Amino acid sequence: MNIMTEQSLENAVGDKMSAKSNEVIKMRGDKVGVFYGEKQALFDVNLDVRQNQVTALIGPSGCGKSTFLRCLNRMNDTIDSARVTGRITLDDEDIYDKNIDVVELRARVGMVFQKPNPFPKSIYENVAYGPRIHGLAKGKADMDQIVESSLKKAAIWNEVKDRLQEPGTGLSGGQQQRLCIARAIAVSPEVILMDEPCSALDPIATARVEELIDELRQNYTIVIVTHSMQQAARVSQRTAMFHLGYLVEEGATDKMFTTPDDKRTQDYITGRFG
Amino acid sequence: MSSLLVLAIVIAIGVVAFLLGRQRAAAHDNGTVKPHSRAHYHGWWAFLLAVLPALLLLAVWNVGSSFYLDRHIHAVLPERTADSKVASEALDVSLVKSLSKGLRKLDGNTVLPASFAELQPLLAAKGVALATDTQDYMIPIAIEANKVQDRLGLFGAAVILALSIAGAFYALRQIAPRARARNNVERLMLWGLLAASTIAILTTVGIVLSMLFQTIQFFESVSPMSFFFGTVWDPRFAAAGSGGNQGQFGLIPLLAGTLYIAAVALLVAVPVGLMSAVYMAEYATPKVRSVVKPALELLAGIPTIVYGIFAVVTLGPFLRDLSAALTGGSPFIQGQSIFTAGLVMGVMLIPVVSSLSDDIITAVPRAMRDGSLGLGATRSETIKRVILPAALPGIVGAILLTASRAIGETMIVVLAAGVAANLTINPFEAMTTITVKIVNQLTGDLEFNSPQTLVAFALGLTLFALTLVMNIVALYIVRKYREQYE
Amino acid sequence: MTDIPMGSVVPAAAHPRRDIGLKARYAAERRFRIYGVLAISVGLAFLAIMLVTIVSKGYTAFWQTTVTLPISFDEKVIDPSNKRATDSSVLIKANYPKLADNALIAKLGIDPANKPMVMKLKGFLSEGARVQLRDIVAADPSVIGTTRNVDILAAANLDSAFKGQIDLGVDEARRKVSDQQIAWMNKLKAEGLMAEHFNTGLFSYGASSRPETSGMGVAIIGSFYMMVIVLLLALPIGVAASIYLEEFAKKNRLTDLIEVNINNLAAVPSIVFGLLGLAVFINFLGMPRSAAFVGGLVLTLMTLPTIIIATRAALAAVPPSIRSAALGLGASKMQMVFQHILPLAAPGILTGTIIGLARALGETAPLLLIGMVAFVADYPKTPFDPATALPVQIYMWANEAERAFVERMSGAIIILLVFLMAMNITAIVLRRRFERRW
Repeated sequence: MNIMTEQSLENAVGDKMSAKSNEVIKMRGDKVGVFYGEKQALFDVNLDVRQNQVTALIGPSGCGKSTFLRCLNRMNDTIDSARVTGRITLDDEDIYDKNIDVVELRARVGMVFQKPNPFPKSIYENVAYGPRIHGLAKGKADMDQIVESSLKKAAIWNEVKDRLQEPGTGLSGGQQQRLCIARAIAVSPEVILMDEPCSALDPIATARVEELIDELRQNYTIVIVTHSMQQAARVSQRTAMFHLGYLVEEGATDKMFTTPDDKRTQDYITGRFG
Repeated sequence: MSSLLVLAIVIAIGVVAFLLGRQRAAAHDNGTVKPHSRAHYHGWWAFLLAVLPALLLLAVWNVGSSFYLDRHIHAVLPERTADSKVASEALDVSLVKSLSKGLRKLDGNTVLPASFAELQPLLAAKGVALATDTQDYMIPIAIEANKVQDRLGLFGAAVILALSIAGAFYALRQIAPRARARNNVERLMLWGLLAASTIAILTTVGIVLSMLFQTIQFFESVSPMSFFFGTVWDPRFAAAGSGGNQGQFGLIPLLAGTLYIAAVALLVAVPVGLMSAVYMAEYATPKVRSVVKPALELLAGIPTIVYGIFAVVTLGPFLRDLSAALTGGSPFIQGQSIFTAGLVMGVMLIPVVSSLSDDIITAVPRAMRDGSLGLGATRSETIKRVILPAALPGIVGAILLTASRAIGETMIVVLAAGVAANLTINPFEAMTTITVKIVNQLTGDLEFNSPQTLVAFALGLTLFALTLVMNIVALYIVRKYREQYE
Repeated sequence: MTDIPMGSVVPAAAHPRRDIGLKARYAAERRFRIYGVLAISVGLAFLAIMLVTIVSKGYTAFWQTTVTLPISFDEKVIDPSNKRATDSSVLIKANYPKLADNALIAKLGIDPANKPMVMKLKGFLSEGARVQLRDIVAADPSVIGTTRNVDILAAANLDSAFKGQIDLGVDEARRKVSDQQIAWMNKLKAEGLMAEHFNTGLFSYGASSRPETSGMGVAIIGSFYMMVIVLLLALPIGVAASIYLEEFAKKNRLTDLIEVNINNLAAVPSIVFGLLGLAVFINFLGMPRSAAFVGGLVLTLMTLPTIIIATRAALAAVPPSIRSAALGLGASKMQMVFQHILPLAAPGILTGTIIGLARALGETAPLLLIGMVAFVADYPKTPFDPATALPVQIYMWANEAERAFVERMSGAIIILLVFLMAMNITAIVLRRRFERRW
């Protein structure tokens, strides 16, 4: 384990020296396939997720984009019948390797869900939950500090700072989703996965969350599933198009939306299906 | 005429009305007017009108005439004097009634002797056993009562049959192509359905009223203060009718025993049941679940008497001998003890707790689990810090429901807890409960209207009130909890 | 946004690891899992222990020891003064046990004049021999004067000894079977005259003060009557009430009240229903005590909430599309319910009913209060005759001190549990088979 880490560190540093730019691959999917029981939901997906960029996964519903997202922090493990093939790496380490601890992985790759799901606890406790279970705070003051900075990063601090002890379920939908983002940030993950984070929100709340995503890019690597192409265009640097369980096309967002290579992508972005 | 015969005739009239009605309605359907209802609905309407009012009257008549008969016997019985041989007026009436019932078994032309001593062998030959304190003067009264009853029956039967026929005629005359027979039938059906659903209310009312009456009667001879706050339970089993010392009816020792045993049971059932439910809902593979779940259901399906017998035949003696072996001499756990009863009751309640909490745990939305797991929490952290706190209100409700089961449980404590009304804090001694005393006071040959039996109803009412409050609070909490996640 | 050529993309450097206390957290996880496994094991272990002890105590009850003896129906014993032609009571009052004793004495080769020896025979054969032989003679008086082989029940103590349940190491004075009796028993056994047979009496006899002639016949009939009554009353009433509440009732005070009542009644202690039965059915309405009919009524009231709750769930599970389809074709609401919804909900209703019946079959406490703890030796001919019920019979045997009663009681529990399991398994299978996902 240690040797491997050092080696990859060495490699990475070496590569970095030779590279001209600072585009770094944070996660990589290599021939990823997913089965739910007998049924295959995802076929041979090869996809890179670049550090400090927003990668958008788009495609019609049922295309496998959420399935792929859930592989990235092994949330599929919670489904009894799910089975993953191929290789997914985080910092060049196979996350499905048996040496990799799923709890630690999820602390590094956080997730925000489609429907805001604050715990039935106070706002403060919602944010403090992650740091508390992982033992990240040294004391009460430290925890206060983590909670405050997370809420600030999630751009919700001003709205909730006077009612931190009120239940998180009492917030509006958009606020709840930002609370969930703050909750994810509080663990200081390296990657944040977002599964259609705005699908349950109104346009104003959506705009706030999109702004937030763009800001978060400075410190985190973000993968977002969305079925709104406009959203993908607004927030992402790279876009991957899924269709019927296959990755159809992947590339820089500007290029995807102006000159896609694949006919299916063309059809999709022009609204022929979706 | 016997009620059964009247019933049969009324139904026969109904059947005829049904056939006639259907036939007439079918005859109306000549193709010119589209009939509103199909023919058999007309038939059913005629049947219902012929039968229902008549049956209602029959029921009322039966109840009414038995009341009338009672009053009649009361009126003709000789004045009670100090040297009356029969203990009470009510007993007087009931003796006359059983005598008149017995007389009906004799042939009509038997010559009735005037003394009960001669009458008794005649009746005994017919298989009628009568109380020996039946008096001679009751014989003419009984004969007279039978005559009155016959007259009432005959008159009633005539009225009822007339009503039935009138109903049938009325329905048959109504038949026309546009008559809304189906609506009529369905409206009656709806009333029937409503009536069926009010049985639940009637049962509750029946429970409360029946127990209330007896309890009030009980409080006429024993003051509520000494019942609710008395610390001594010693209801001398007084012989019938002998006044004097009735003993003491203190509720406290029974209530204490009830609550103590229930507490021990919950101490066993809640942690074990809750952990089982958590394991089944969150960890168990489908294969394990498919084996363990039916097994737990089986545990829940075993009647409580079996648990009680296990406690008294196997576990009690085992614990007693074990404790004797541990101290090397006298056992410190008695054969019947709070601990044994509570332990066995606790095991009985495990499936209750686990199935109630299973429902509640699975009602916590999946999003909660995902949210926690997605942050890198382990499963047990998710359960302990998110799922159980979220399910807490529901679980509290489930525990309350279980507690109410524990308090009302009878057979286990009847067999395993003991009958001595002690006040003790040692869990290895015997204590008794409210339910045990209800059974004790009501099994055996006791005069019904003595405080010794009436106290059972006061105990029952206490038990009912106690569990009612717990149930309603629990059901309210659980309902609110479910609504939260719907 | 920049378009960067693929060549310049590099894999990320390994991120510095944080200590998130994994070791301790996984230890806690393991502990938690172990608690869960322990909890389930406690429940299952108890179930296993209980079943094993009951079966091990009770399976022997299904066999009963009999002694095959050539009984000579001696006229001198049965009817010494030869009056049976005129006085029918002679054949009833005759000293039948003497016939059996004589046959045994002859078989064992004891000198009838040896009084102390003959005295030792006391308690070898069951008192039930009296009834057994009387019935033979009553059925066919011509048997008098002849000899025929009859299987006579051994007394309970000998039965126990024969089954090897009596510790012969105990001092003779302190056990209920003497050494002489054991010797005789072994002699008869060697001759093949004493043997165990399947115990049909356990299923047919009524109450008796002697274990070997007591059985569950009356209890089985009583329980059967009650189950029929519960089924006939609780099922239609329960279904009708559920239909009203689920399909017709408007949300108002009355339906709320009914709802609360039903849910509460499902949780009212069963003994309270017994008090209701005693006060209302027996004292107020004057119905007979100890009768299966009253028991059936009480159990009906107790079972109703269970059936109503199950039926309502089954009705609610039928999707609205079926309702719209029926109504759209012009069916009245009543027709929709009875012709479409009810048939689809039938399996669920059936399952709930079976579970309710199983609960009623095992219920004891309310029956104690309405006088079903009674010594009933004769079969009840109608539901209005005195009867007992299976669990009540078990309770009564539990209160007897003799060892052989404990054996019978355990046997009765096995039978009750077999009935209940059969019902529960039927319910589970039905539920699995007809479970429909809409």
